Amino acid sequence: MLKKLFVVIALSLVLVSPSRAVLTIEITQGVSGASPIAIVPFEWIDKGAPPEQIHAIVGADLQRSGFFQPLPKQDLVARPHRANEVNYKNWRALNVDHLVVGRIQALPDDNYQVQFQLLDVHKRSQLAGYSIRSGKSDLRRTAHQISDIIYKAITGKPGAFDTRIAYITVTQNQKKQKSYRLAVADSDGHNEQVVYESKHPLMSPSWAPDGKRLVYVSFTRGRPEVYIQNIVTRKFERIVAFKGINSAPVFSPDGSKLAMTLSKDGNPEIYILDMATKDLTRVTRNFAIDTEPAWMPDGKGIIFTSDRGGSPQLYRIGVNAQGPTGRAKRLTFEGSYNARGAVSPDGRYLAMVHREEGRYRIAVQDLKAGHFRVLTDSRLDESPSFSPNGSMIIYATEDKYRGVLAAVSVDGRSQQRLSLRTGDVREPAWSSFKSRQR
Amino acid sequence: MGRSLNYVLIAGLILGLSGCEFKPVKKHGEDDQATQQADRDSRYGVDEGGPLDIAELNDPNSLVSTRVLYFPLDSVQVSNEDRDVIAAHARLLSSNPEVAVILEGHADERGTREYNLALGERRANAVQQLLVLQGVAQSQIQVISFGEERPVALGHDEEAWRLNRRVEILYSGY
Repeated sequence: MLKKLFVVIALSLVLVSPSRAVLTIEITQGVSGASPIAIVPFEWIDKGAPPEQIHAIVGADLQRSGFFQPLPKQDLVARPHRANEVNYKNWRALNVDHLVVGRIQALPDDNYQVQFQLLDVHKRSQLAGYSIRSGKSDLRRTAHQISDIIYKAITGKPGAFDTRIAYITVTQNQKKQKSYRLAVADSDGHNEQVVYESKHPLMSPSWAPDGKRLVYVSFTRGRPEVYIQNIVTRKFERIVAFKGINSAPVFSPDGSKLAMTLSKDGNPEIYILDMATKDLTRVTRNFAIDTEPAWMPDGKGIIFTSDRGGSPQLYRIGVNAQGPTGRAKRLTFEGSYNARGAVSPDGRYLAMVHREEGRYRIAVQDLKAGHFRVLTDSRLDESPSFSPNGSMIIYATEDKYRGVLAAVSVDGRSQQRLSLRTGDVREPAWSSFKSRQR
Repeated sequence: MGRSLNYVLIAGLILGLSGCEFKPVKKHGEDDQATQQADRDSRYGVDEGGPLDIAELNDPNSLVSTRVLYFPLDSVQVSNEDRDVIAAHARLLSSNPEVAVILEGHADERGTREYNLALGERRANAVQQLLVLQGVAQSQIQVISFGEERPVALGHDEEAWRLNRRVEILYSGY
């Protein structure tokens, strides 16, 4: 009954400087009512220690989602590795809803065969079973794919564990010289790889929908200019370098256009650059600051920050190939500061930076029902970015005066923090599902 | 003779500067370091032995010794005291049309980075506007915003934020 999923071993990633697990994750707010799940350590069919603790990676993934509560290791009543070895009664007694069993086998060609089964303890049946072939360096990734399969089988929604995040780190050496790095890591913070390093400020990284290119702003020539870099080939291209600011670039959902902020005409305005023709279309025309464009998932609208009403608020404007299709409509009315909108992949939620009593927090507005909700209680939150399945928002915040990343579920129930050992980490951008397509 | 040669040199440098066009460019895999070097090389300035005497810039009693202007939160409003400072800079610049300045706009760390980049530019533009109104040529001024990316005060309190919301008036060589 095992479905087969063959996984190509060769990871197409050749990045600049691989380093190990620089980000550590701490779950700062768990969820009551999360579904209990037992993940038994996988059987290792060879000598020595297993090459990766797959069950632990899966358990951490599921716990981070906020929907699952993995059973602590010491509470595991038995260590079955196959469905036919499972005594369901024992697991029911522990109030466990689901059970994951599996095994890792070393193959003669230095690869591994990872098999697992997801079992419904109440129905005593198998919900999913897969056999995945994996290279040694891909085992963490295989674990994230297993997490995605489990998440989908139980919640009915796609998981976003086998995806990536990009972010900026800033460190300072003893001579007080700063080093800015653009890095990419797995969604759990592991496997960090630096793709660009500069002694000049770096800002606003954002993914192309193909998951292979990043667009960002670099001050390497003394002023903010927009670059696109392929993270596989390292090839980069300076896209716009007008007089004034060139900032906040974001790819349209189909990847054919880039929305951004340019002040070349004297004032920060939103423009759309057609990637194929290099034609530039002006979207906003206002004496105020207009910046931080975010595309609606259908590509027919842009949400942006403007202080045209006296304070920074979020607006939406329709766009097509010729430019704006109507007047900008104000969306936010809570408080005197709502900026840097991010739209959920289904277009329903708008995340933003919201100021409340001098504190900057992540808030979310339901674009259909209009409900507004503050999700965090910190004081310097920035840069919200949705996971590709829309369930989590990753953002930048500070902890003991250091820049850290944090993630919160869209319902605000689950929170976690990703910290660097040294320096600041900021401006996270979550990739699309496609980033890891093989 | 030496004098006029100096003028020619300065004029050439200013022309070189204003000739800097910022158009969309397409370059594949170019060396970051090299571009940076090339761009950094297009500096301009007044030679020590040149005909200009702007020793005033080094006189602590002169208004033009103030070259950092501070702004309230979320504001691009120039204070009354700073208007006097800007007027002094305007007098100096308009009577020395060979001299150029960079106005660097900055914001504090609060709020969003891209908005702050725009805010920094707005602050520098506000200063530029006052200089131009008082007779300084547009070609003498270059505006650059760093948003919140280049704080001078590294703290995370009101005092650090106050010091970081600023426009710096940068004379080459001073």
